[in-house]
Amino acid sequence: MKHITDFTIVCRKQLGDHYFALTLRHPSQLPPIAAGQFVEVEVKGNRDVMLRRPISIHDVDPEENTLTLLIQIVGKGTRQLAQLQEGDRLNLIYPLGHGFAIEGQRPLLVGGGAGIAPLLHLAKCYHAKGIRPTILLGGRTKELIPVREAFEPYGQLLIATEDGSLGEKGMVTQHSQFAAPYDHICTCGPTPMMKAVGRYAVENGIGCEVSLENMMACGIGACLCCVTDTDEGHKCVCKEGPVFDALRLKKWMGLE
Amino acid sequence: MAKLETKIHNITLKNPVMTASGTFGYGEEFADFIDLSRLGGIIVKGTTGERRQGNPYPRMAETPMGMLNAVGLQNVGVGTFCKEVYPRIKGIQTNILVNVSGSSIEEYCSVAEQIDELENIPGIELNISCPNVKKGGMGFGTNPDMAAQVVEAVRRVYHKTLIVKLTPNVTSVVEIAKAVEGAGADSVSLINTLLGMAIDVERQQPYLSTITGGLSGPCVKPVAVRMVWQVAHAVQIPVVGLGGIASAADALEFLMAGAKAVEVGTANFVDPTVTVKIVEGLEDYCLRHKVEDINDIIGII
Repeated sequence: MKHITDFTIVCRKQLGDHYFALTLRHPSQLPPIAAGQFVEVEVKGNRDVMLRRPISIHDVDPEENTLTLLIQIVGKGTRQLAQLQEGDRLNLIYPLGHGFAIEGQRPLLVGGGAGIAPLLHLAKCYHAKGIRPTILLGGRTKELIPVREAFEPYGQLLIATEDGSLGEKGMVTQHSQFAAPYDHICTCGPTPMMKAVGRYAVENGIGCEVSLENMMACGIGACLCCVTDTDEGHKCVCKEGPVFDALRLKKWMGLE
Repeated sequence: MAKLETKIHNITLKNPVMTASGTFGYGEEFADFIDLSRLGGIIVKGTTGERRQGNPYPRMAETPMGMLNAVGLQNVGVGTFCKEVYPRIKGIQTNILVNVSGSSIEEYCSVAEQIDELENIPGIELNISCPNVKKGGMGFGTNPDMAAQVVEAVRRVYHKTLIVKLTPNVTSVVEIAKAVEGAGADSVSLINTLLGMAIDVERQQPYLSTITGGLSGPCVKPVAVRMVWQVAHAVQIPVVGLGGIASAADALEFLMAGAKAVEVGTANFVDPTVTVKIVEGLEDYCLRHKVEDINDIIGII
């Protein structure tokens, strides 16, 4: 069941120049939210921004009835959202899409850029099952990896930066622990990163889920704007995804 | 409570608010948000003879007060629609109409014939105005002779209410409307999207994979109201108005300009409950202005 509700912003945190996090309180009990699901956020106050913006769910606190969005400032919509203050209301359509399956006994979670966002809720879901995932976060510089400490209680945290400012120097796929014997990989981040991670997993017979970030209008499978190529033709990322089994995305990854 | 009931040919609408094809899926996508039986009608997505994949991603770009799309009629095809989709949606307590699309007169006729068999579909909207397909679509809708030919052919095989959806991408929409009226259309709906284009100057590339696409949203509304007004004064058949409607006031503009009913499109993406808000807004307007029957204000301009 999808909902449309006004949330109240109870916490706004600026995380460097490029990111901020909003914690939003629901007026009553939050419905169950799977890791990898997203919300469509209404953007008010800019006449050039008409459509909602799809934002993945970074964290969920069922006791406090809050969810947290980690937002990268990339365009008109997210710049407008960055103006929001604690106490403001924000209208969400949620929870949308299909999340991660929480599979494997030795999972690797690979994130880059804003794609780091859903991995916190995902790490917590693994942790709740008694599984300690390896979490590999990448970025051009350490400033572009906005959240690190929050992951530490839930898994083994590894970092790769292209300039070597934090963790190992290089891409996530070049990290010394990337090719360790994991039995499942979940990835969300820039398209070239997800394609490289997905190809590695498919070629090595490792189960892999990829969370896509296509541009969307409706978020509920009505407008058919956000499609990706799959083994069964065009599928809506908002409805059939955003999380897809990598085996369904071979064409997208350039493997066919 | 004012009477909101209107008629499009043989179809009685409990209120003038319908949903525009391609913006409301098969209705089911919105069932979590609204009571679908509150609507005057639902026009489901453009349906073709065979399954279509549509155009490559990216096929949407946001523009000021609107958006461009180049979906290109992605749909399951009429066979799957009749077998799998229709049984799921036929019980929805409103008028379910199918938008019929094609690349040839034969394809339009074949789809219309198959939809004609479906008991709970009281009418079709013949889409001779899609700007996002290479063959057919808008090609039929920009030439009065071609438009008349396709409507005549479909009229021979389709026996229920035939609405023809017109494109604004013509010099005279009145000329096309008169041509399809003469060819046997029971109603016309307008406007489909305006052909548009947007360029990402940083990447020095068009935003859409198809370069051009269809513009919709509040930015097109004044053009749509003007065209509805012109057509409503030129034809005898009922006119259905659409283009940028996002509020009851917007819907009322179309009704006053002469539309017997309206379709809400792009606004469904921003607020999935907007259609019901518009129905409630019409009720409220009638109360405030002491309008007993919505038909009393249709075409007053």
